[in-house]
Amino acid sequence: MSLHDQDDPALRAAQEERLRAVWKPPQGLFLRWTDTNNNRVGVWYVLTAFGFMLFAGVLALIMRTQLAVPDNELVSANSFNQLFTLHGSMMMFLFAVPMFEAVSIILLPQLLGARDLPFPRLSAFGYWSFLIGGVFVSGSIFFNAAPDGGWFMYPPLTTRTDLSGLGADIWMLGLSFIEVSSVAAAVELIVGVLKCRPPGMRLNLMPLYAWYILVVAVMILFAFPPLIAGDILFEMERLLDWSFFDANRGGDPLLWQHLFWIFGHPEVYIIFLPSIALFAMLVPTFANRHLLGYPWIVLAAVGTAFLSFGLWVHHMFTTGLPKISLAFFSAASEAVAIPTGVQIFVFIATLWAGRVTWSTPLLYATGSLAIFVIGGLTGVMVAVAPFDWQAHDSYFIVAHLHYVLIGGTLMPLFAGLYYYWPLITGKKLSDRLGRVAFWMLFAGANLTFFPMHLSGLMGMPRRVFTYPAELGLGGLNLLSTAGAYLFAAGVAVICVDLCLSPRRSKAQRNPWNAGTLEWLAHPDDEDWGIRSVPLIESRYPIWDQPDFVRKVDEGRFFLPDAEEGRRETIVTTALDARPLAVIRLGTPSVKPMLTAIALGGVFIFTTYHLYWAALVCGVATLACTLWWLWTGTAEIPEKPCKPVGHGIELPLYLSGPAAPGWWAMFITMMADATAFSGLVFGYFFFWTRHADFPPADMANGPGMMWPMIALIAGLVGWLATIAARNIHARGGVARARVLLACGIVLSIAGAGAGLAGPWMSGLDPQVHSYPAIVWTLAIWTSAHAGVAAIMQSYALARSLAGKMDPHHDADLRNVSVYMHFYALTAIVTYATIGLFPEVA
Amino acid sequence: MTERGKWHERLRVTLWTLIVPPAIWAGHFLMAYLWTAISCAKAGTFATFPTLFVVGTLVALGLISLSGWVAWKQTRRPGDSAPHQDSTDIDRLRFLAKSTLLLAGLSFVGVLFTALPVVFLRNCL
Repeated sequence: MSLHDQDDPALRAAQEERLRAVWKPPQGLFLRWTDTNNNRVGVWYVLTAFGFMLFAGVLALIMRTQLAVPDNELVSANSFNQLFTLHGSMMMFLFAVPMFEAVSIILLPQLLGARDLPFPRLSAFGYWSFLIGGVFVSGSIFFNAAPDGGWFMYPPLTTRTDLSGLGADIWMLGLSFIEVSSVAAAVELIVGVLKCRPPGMRLNLMPLYAWYILVVAVMILFAFPPLIAGDILFEMERLLDWSFFDANRGGDPLLWQHLFWIFGHPEVYIIFLPSIALFAMLVPTFANRHLLGYPWIVLAAVGTAFLSFGLWVHHMFTTGLPKISLAFFSAASEAVAIPTGVQIFVFIATLWAGRVTWSTPLLYATGSLAIFVIGGLTGVMVAVAPFDWQAHDSYFIVAHLHYVLIGGTLMPLFAGLYYYWPLITGKKLSDRLGRVAFWMLFAGANLTFFPMHLSGLMGMPRRVFTYPAELGLGGLNLLSTAGAYLFAAGVAVICVDLCLSPRRSKAQRNPWNAGTLEWLAHPDDEDWGIRSVPLIESRYPIWDQPDFVRKVDEGRFFLPDAEEGRRETIVTTALDARPLAVIRLGTPSVKPMLTAIALGGVFIFTTYHLYWAALVCGVATLACTLWWLWTGTAEIPEKPCKPVGHGIELPLYLSGPAAPGWWAMFITMMADATAFSGLVFGYFFFWTRHADFPPADMANGPGMMWPMIALIAGLVGWLATIAARNIHARGGVARARVLLACGIVLSIAGAGAGLAGPWMSGLDPQVHSYPAIVWTLAIWTSAHAGVAAIMQSYALARSLAGKMDPHHDADLRNVSVYMHFYALTAIVTYATIGLFPEVA
Repeated sequence: MTERGKWHERLRVTLWTLIVPPAIWAGHFLMAYLWTAISCAKAGTFATFPTLFVVGTLVALGLISLSGWVAWKQTRRPGDSAPHQDSTDIDRLRFLAKSTLLLAGLSFVGVLFTALPVVFLRNCL
């Protein structure tokens, strides 16, 4: 195909017809929900998260009503506990994090000129997991069974089953399920940003939104898994009475606080950065110029991401840790103000240097920055440990965190809503209603939360359901309550604006006259994403590249057709976006939904101690996953290459480090290794807590023999798999199959030997934290050995079924990535439980 | 630019080199945290002259400075015209180098911040 072929309107119409057919959404009452296209899944995701936000907001209003006057009796103490726990948990886990994932699923393919993200079915799986888990957790309040231990669920209040009911299990298991969907989204977004950029979009031309999303998705990989590790310990204690947090049996409640806040503090930046990322898109548009200081934004995003992992102890300043430790975290907490400040100055400088169009989205953006800066300043105050000792657990903290989150997450999202609504629906929202709502929100937020600084300093503690009139806090609380209603009314105005939208007429294309790729979207949107994948030469191609929109529309760039009737997008290199291959994308399917339902069953049945049903669901989850992988991934294409236009031919199959699937495995395993390191941290944390660890009466621990046998089996199984990969690539298919079969046997042997250590030495995990953590590490590693056996069997089966050959060996290469991590896990576990007692 | 170039010009610049300075900050921070946590818990006392900490801090500052210096050299690599925001090898290199340089500055300050408390606090209470 030459460039001039596209001059023929008939050819273009035929191409469009083919693309339209390929990307046609599934029809029908049920089948429409099996869609995987990012423009639909993303919208469901956004609407669901928005719904949860409104729900959690209503919970907050009930709380504010209860606190309006002293000695109020609207709700009981018990209900109040459920209200504040669910409000915090929902806003964090069911609104802020999923909302960023949802917005990214919609925007990222558009920003990157891709037809879709690399794993559309994974996005759908993430959405269904989120919906099921979210309804399960939030619905619990209607049965008076909502979690009531605060959004951080501190033990021992929450681990002792006589002090807390089912709510704690619902929180742990329901939200663990949602954490799984967040890790899935992180995989999707990282691979999307690194591998699915259009040709020419090198790292230095990437839209800043994509930079932020890359950084945040990587943060998720290191932040969420410690919480998953904590969840595992927590549920082992609640369901099986193993001792991790019970001080009477060698446990320590502080371990939970560490694991929770290693997640919990980066979490704040995980929801702040993607929201501020929206500013990086809308500020240049309304300043009518390129953003100043592009590398400074990258500095801010990457710097914040790193520093945010050195802040967690500032939530634990009052727990009695050594002062010197507090000082390290205090220092890091002050340092994080630097990159945060940098990005705010970059935005201000850009506005200053440009010709500003005062639009509604920009109004929200500037207003939220003002609110955020106040929250940031009180943050600098509470980062000073002695000040925090005074303010800790008072309403001062409530004020601080709401200023940060409203200014840093909620209002920027409203800015994004007004900015991107025309992109999604083709229609603008009302400027008038938007501005009215803005001033209500702005005034409401300040009226609600500013008085809380004062009531906090006057001694009002957090999480109390009422307060006596003698404290003299009635007036400030009444102000806060009035502000909360004003704020809620502002949100209601926005909802009215959204509801009126269907009655409005379509706006013109690119209504804000923006320069970035996502605004190629047409008001009468097609489902194919982008007509042709462009060659990028500028950060603002619509502004800078001549005739850009017309060339994209006329299919004059790459991949303007779908000759083989397949959904496709281009994969490029991570640094320089050189085209590597065309990949075939997942089509609408019921498999992601079924997998999510089965996995949901595992968590929900476990909550109610219905272990057999949970086991059945676990087997169903495995079956669904294998079915999904077997039928939908690493397909051998009907021809090796295809032309994508301009005389370029690209392969249709990739394996190894160039392939998105390999990256997905690598990234998933990074998260897995992080969760594992959380458990190992637990072991050594207990060691620092006890003078003798292991305790004298179990000094031998699991012994040395079984752990060493398990280690050797694991390492030889790993070597066998690597050898199988190398020999297979050179054509030795039969020998590779034998090696894989040996690998399966070794993995199973490793699993057995790993459990035999603590079993044969009679370690009882209910007695003390030592046997409990040894058992946990052994089970974790043996489970990984079991998964290794399943993966090796899968690769063997693919080979036997003719779905894998020496030129198409993605399955085997992905399994060997897993095996590297498995070997690492085995080394660390067995060295820790088998050898460490010898030297400790 | 000569054909072979100096050693720092031959270094491959990637996303991994970008995160070298903050990773050094993270390593130093972790060292500081673990060192005090373990010595306070196990020995019960905090070293009066913490040699290990001082050496670790100097090594971290040195490595960050080195990576910043390499990045600074790379940002001055000639080729292409300003404003250096095109889709070319040299502009991508200059961008990554500049970002690395900025991160080195932040990480340097971060390490100094972390080191400061040891100057003032000398016990585990």
